[in-house]
Amino acid sequence: MTDIPEQGMAPKIAQKSRLRVFLDSDIYYTFKRSPVAVVSTIVVLILVLSAVFAPLIAPTNPFNPASLNLMNGFTPPMEPNAFTGDTFFLGTDDQGRDVFSTILYGMRVSLFVGVAAVLFAMVLGITLGLISGYVGGWTETIIMRTADVQLTFPSILVAMLIFGIAKGFTPVEYRDQMAIWVLIIAIGLSDWVQFARVVRGATLVEKRKEYVEAARLIGRTPYAIMLRHILPNVLSPVLVIATISLALAIIAEATLSFLGVGAPPTQPSLGTLIRIGQGFLFSGEWWILLFPAVTLLTLALSVNLLGDWLRDALNPRLR
Amino acid sequence: MSDAVLSIRNLSVEIPTRTGVVKPVDGVSYDISAGEILGVVGESGAGKSMAGNAVIGLLSPPAHIAAGEIWLNGTRIDALKGEAMRRLRGKQIGMVFQDPLTSLNPLLSIGDQLTETMLTHLPISRSEAEKRAVAALEEVGIPGAVERIDSYPHEFSGGMRQRVVIALALCAEPSLIIADEPTTALDVSVQAQIIALLKRLCRDRGTAVMLITHDMGVIAEAADRVAVMYAGRLAELGTVRDVLTQPQHPYTAGLMASTPLASAGKARLHQIEGAMPRLDNVPEGCAFHPRCEYAQDKCRAAPAPQISDSHAACWFPLIAEKVS
Amino acid sequence: MLAYIIRRMGQSALVLLIVGLVAFSMFRFVGDPIDNMLGQERTAEDIERLREQLGLDQPFAVQYFRFLEGAVQGNFGVSYRQGRPVSEILLERAPATLELAAVSGILAIVFGIALGVFTAIRRNGFTANFIMSASLIGVSLPTFLIGILLIYIFSVELGWLPSFGRGETVDIGGWSTGFLTESGLKALILPAITLGLYQMTLIMRLVRSEMLEVLRQDYIRFARARGLKDRAINFRHALKNTMVPVITVIGLQLGAIIAFAIITETVFQWPGVGLLFINAIQFVDIPVMAAYLMLISVMFVGINLIVDILYFFIDPRLRVDRAGGH
Repeated sequence: MTDIPEQGMAPKIAQKSRLRVFLDSDIYYTFKRSPVAVVSTIVVLILVLSAVFAPLIAPTNPFNPASLNLMNGFTPPMEPNAFTGDTFFLGTDDQGRDVFSTILYGMRVSLFVGVAAVLFAMVLGITLGLISGYVGGWTETIIMRTADVQLTFPSILVAMLIFGIAKGFTPVEYRDQMAIWVLIIAIGLSDWVQFARVVRGATLVEKRKEYVEAARLIGRTPYAIMLRHILPNVLSPVLVIATISLALAIIAEATLSFLGVGAPPTQPSLGTLIRIGQGFLFSGEWWILLFPAVTLLTLALSVNLLGDWLRDALNPRLR
Repeated sequence: MSDAVLSIRNLSVEIPTRTGVVKPVDGVSYDISAGEILGVVGESGAGKSMAGNAVIGLLSPPAHIAAGEIWLNGTRIDALKGEAMRRLRGKQIGMVFQDPLTSLNPLLSIGDQLTETMLTHLPISRSEAEKRAVAALEEVGIPGAVERIDSYPHEFSGGMRQRVVIALALCAEPSLIIADEPTTALDVSVQAQIIALLKRLCRDRGTAVMLITHDMGVIAEAADRVAVMYAGRLAELGTVRDVLTQPQHPYTAGLMASTPLASAGKARLHQIEGAMPRLDNVPEGCAFHPRCEYAQDKCRAAPAPQISDSHAACWFPLIAEKVS
Repeated sequence: MLAYIIRRMGQSALVLLIVGLVAFSMFRFVGDPIDNMLGQERTAEDIERLREQLGLDQPFAVQYFRFLEGAVQGNFGVSYRQGRPVSEILLERAPATLELAAVSGILAIVFGIALGVFTAIRRNGFTANFIMSASLIGVSLPTFLIGILLIYIFSVELGWLPSFGRGETVDIGGWSTGFLTESGLKALILPAITLGLYQMTLIMRLVRSEMLEVLRQDYIRFARARGLKDRAINFRHALKNTMVPVITVIGLQLGAIIAFAIITETVFQWPGVGLLFINAIQFVDIPVMAAYLMLISVMFVGINLIVDILYFFIDPRLRVDRAGGH
């Protein structure tokens, strides 16, 4: 790819808050013409909004013991409960919690962990990538070697290991409380390599360009050069990786929680709900498992498709 | 078509595209006899390779033969499909490609590639094939053929690899060789050797050769007769001597004048104004008329006349008809 | 070639040393090993004695070296949770995981390559297109959902196959195998498919795209022009060239299979090292975690090394001295 489109692209991303510029951009044009992108964006928006406003949308707060009635347990979807006569859109679980509400709250946890983990990985990866690309030498060798070794292992394994270690450091009485944050750090640490590699590569290219040379000549500090001049130019690949990483992070979180080494039962994510639901697979209460599973699939798939589209639209060469 | 090894009659190749049908080869006819080398020249995109691919049945879809006939040793082959055509390839028609660096499978030894080809086409035993493989390498001038039979392509230089490619094309003793720009990718110092080799082998065996090239020097060096192609059509056909020294078609004349070899001694090389038309935009009448300094109304209105051994495809040939 | 292999082995050793350092640091710094080992009733004397015994009074480098020494001999200490030597537990659990991983790996490689070649050769056929679309969904499905789906269909609804455990096993010289009993084989089917499916789709998609690339090459055209049979062109000329880049990825995928076994083993309660590792994380059983980490690193590094050496047999271009290349 030549430099021109890449340089032209980055400012557009950076200023997309200016509606006019955005509406005129190539990105918006290709977006309008891709049904997959439009549909997955709408789905993602609906899911994100309902997660954010879960307390307003959810009929009950499933984690408030006062609102629970054990008699409501195992109510099938759209059928009145035999004892209480209450009807639940998606049924209830063993403790009488409304499945629809637990899904909304679960999605909140899943999305929060996913987004926070990706942000953490992004900040870490960009920082280390910029430093190793710009500074070079031993710093670069150490950072990129670590990345290589880490990349040898599947990221889910790395995340599990970090989760286990961090859990070891946390005092027993705080473990459940801290679990969400530990999860974010574990997934984030398992995912920074991609960002660092791309940013380092781009930094190496940008570093040699004349405008960076010029900035150096007029006495800008390395810090300012990296932040003001190099960073904007690596934003578009970073955005693509972030979107694809988000889908992976959501699946990773769900997997860890499903395995019982993620979100605690007191703060269940979609993965935890599926773990709970699996217990009722044989006894016929299919709804406790099915609805969280479908929600997770829809969320992961639409974020994934969006990421795929973004990758093709922003940079066809970035595979 | 009597004693000709290959006879092409009115061959047309078409490629359907979104904007319409393109004709990279348009009504071309020529013969090649046993032991004869026919040089096919033209600029890139003139349709010379496409005609060769049509003969060996390797047009990549959606390109296809739309009209005309191809006869090989008295058998019509243009309508042959799949298995029947495969049996012909390698056995009766050999092909040499432009780039010897990419023509050989990097993971198979050259001995393997030779014996494999022979065993596919000839009723011989493996040990016999191995013996012949060594002989074939010796014949194309690879020193130490016995030791090098198990070598891999990357262990040879470009020129040596092209010798291997020629050995491969000839190993099942085909009666026709299609050599598509066989020297273009080679160092200049090696080109002459390869041409000489090709010429010697075909003379010895009586193999007919279709030598596709854009290089007039190669034609002058190797060919007996020459076919000049322009925009998918045949512009001129004749013996090398006639075409090179007394070109009838203005395009051929321009081509000769713009070739360093043929115009040696002239202070400045001639240029043909403009460029060959894109195939989806071939002009009416004679395809060359927009660039022809002798063009007249008739050239713009009517397609150039039918070509023959003594006529160029031109309404107003540069030199009066030859005395036959 | 020897120099190349020695250099690769040196790199592998370096990776193992780094992983060993991580594992050792876990041992040393996560929680207090003395606390973990002695429990509530202890005297200052006990602590001192154990400190000396464990070598915790020694400098860090010495401790690290001792840890490595122990690790090489298969000594990873005692599980906090089970109170038994970790190596013993691992050995007991390893056959289950290795058998599952081997079957899944073979499934993934055989079907992955076969389907990849098929979809490449028939690239516009209906079946090939169908397989490609189906694989797209396969890639986006999380492994544990595939497992649950299979359990639902084949165990809950149809009742054909067991949903958990290994079935009956036969003990052969300390190796418990599930290959020899009917229930063992039946129990293997669903976990093996679950574990192999994702890797299979990856291998298939990779083989397909690499093969399409190879089929466009000049030497394939030249092979056609020589009248070679389609079978020879597809399987002798094209497939061999396709495999060169594919083999690295297959190697990595095999490593990933052992790691992903954690998920499958949890879904199917398969008594292997993966399930052991998950339990170790839940109970912060550091020695087991460290040992598992070392074990899996050795496997990964070993697989990578084998892949590198395999290249020499597949690609003759690597066999010559680098200096002699062009």
